[in-house]
Amino acid sequence: MSDLRELYQETILDHYRQPRNFCKPDHANCMASGHNPLCGDQVRLYLQVENGIVCDVGFEGSGCAISTASASLMTEVIKGKSKAQALDLLNSFQDMVTGRAPADGMGKLAALAGVREFPQRVKCATLAWHTMKAALEDAHEAVTTE
Amino acid sequence: MNQTEQESFRNNIQSTELAGDGFLVSLWRNDFPILQATVHGVPLAYLDNAATTQKPLSVIDAENYYYRNNNANVHRGIHALSQRATDAFEAARVKVQHFINAASPNEIVFVRGTTEAINLVAQSYGRSFFKADDEIIVSRMEHHSNIVPWQILCEQTGAVLRVIPVNSSGELEFEAYNRLFNQRTRLVAVTHVSNALGTINPVRAMIDLARIRGVPVLLDGAQAIAHMPVDVQELDCDFYAFSGHKLYGPTGIGVLYAKSALLDIMPPYQGGGDMIRSVSFDGTVYNSIPYKFEAGTPNIAGVIGLGAAVDYLSNIGFDKLIRHEQALLGYATQSVMDIPGVRIIGNALEKTGILSFVLEGVHPHDIGSILDLQGVAIRTGHHCTMPLMKHFGVSATARASFGLYNTKDEVDKLVAAIFHVKEVFGV
Repeated sequence: MSDLRELYQETILDHYRQPRNFCKPDHANCMASGHNPLCGDQVRLYLQVENGIVCDVGFEGSGCAISTASASLMTEVIKGKSKAQALDLLNSFQDMVTGRAPADGMGKLAALAGVREFPQRVKCATLAWHTMKAALEDAHEAVTTE
Repeated sequence: MNQTEQESFRNNIQSTELAGDGFLVSLWRNDFPILQATVHGVPLAYLDNAATTQKPLSVIDAENYYYRNNNANVHRGIHALSQRATDAFEAARVKVQHFINAASPNEIVFVRGTTEAINLVAQSYGRSFFKADDEIIVSRMEHHSNIVPWQILCEQTGAVLRVIPVNSSGELEFEAYNRLFNQRTRLVAVTHVSNALGTINPVRAMIDLARIRGVPVLLDGAQAIAHMPVDVQELDCDFYAFSGHKLYGPTGIGVLYAKSALLDIMPPYQGGGDMIRSVSFDGTVYNSIPYKFEAGTPNIAGVIGLGAAVDYLSNIGFDKLIRHEQALLGYATQSVMDIPGVRIIGNALEKTGILSFVLEGVHPHDIGSILDLQGVAIRTGHHCTMPLMKHFGVSATARASFGLYNTKDEVDKLVAAIFHVKEVFGV
């Protein structure tokens, strides 16, 4: 049961109940959709990128607590970052939730470190992040976790 | 007997029957080695039987015995082992024939599973006999495997799908079904029992309606076959498809039943060994049915395991099994319904032991993870029925599905685990 508390930390539940940046920013200029066919999670991510910097970010969609909280936390963390920094964070985040790297230095994203004990949930946690990458790379195809 | 005596007599009978069922279930449970397993350090409550069932020792032993003693290819060896393998293989076909009361063993085609059976009918029967604007009736509650093979066929032939709507209880709208028929209707392909909701469809009456108009009917029996007696002659269906692994048999083996008159006129689905009588570069003569549809070395051990599963269910008897599973469904429905915030999806009058539900404020995927940690195995997701989920306005449900070995104790564990989900999420 300790794994359970580790997975569903208060931060996760808070971001699930009240997702941050749950909107479409007025001046968004990059967009991508993500879909996890396994559980039906859907996310649409909007970014406003100016001079290589993520000035604003928001998301819409529906999903489980892990995918929603992950999307919400991500929008908070990447705002103000450069594209390169945002993509670096994606790699670090993936390493953390798959157990390849510790949560040290991950800041508030460390709340999702518990996912490493639940391999079936890694796709939920990374959905928004893959969608962010697609948006930054201006991909027009919807991202899926499969 | 006076009235009080009569009442007490009836109560005694009832309690004896209940105690008897509990005893029977404990005996049945002993037949399934995996039920002794623990997950996450707690005893397993396996409530995912609509996905696949566990296997009794007799099925495991049948495959084991075959590989240890009789393994050889079928229908082609002159040696003793090949004869033994062939005899066991064909004996299983006869067991399946009797299990569904087919008129002849030639009407039993072994395939990989329900999905392959439906694809076989689509690509052999449908592709040969359907043309542009012909219509195939399916329902909104079909599993994707009874939708997509027809969509592929429609792309190939220009045929179109017509869809029977579903009401808010999760039952087919019978009048709407009746109105879907017209001169171009070529086939009805519907599920016997809904995998997502448990609804038992009125297939007998549906077949009658199709029969009047001379339209053949395919039944997807994947979710029905382990939960009720199926008599294909009494139903008078043209095709019946099911999988071994949903009736306590092995994975990778399934059955297409088809009336021999249809199998006779259908071209082969795949070419290869065993499905031919003679091959030359001038032309090939196909084997007789059912072998015409069984190209390549079949899943021999799977067929033998399926035969053992059929024996196992026949020995138990559907009367006892149905009484137990219906009692369990009633108990589970009442218990889960009483949990604040729970909505049951699918309230048909006639149901098998499938309980689909959503919990206010918690995504089914999170329910599944939390239940799993308490040893309760359920399925969460869209259950390969995305059009049906859309009908109910949900992207996913949590689904507990019961088999013959499940107990009230396991239902209580499910309920306690759902309360724990509510605690974790504060709902």
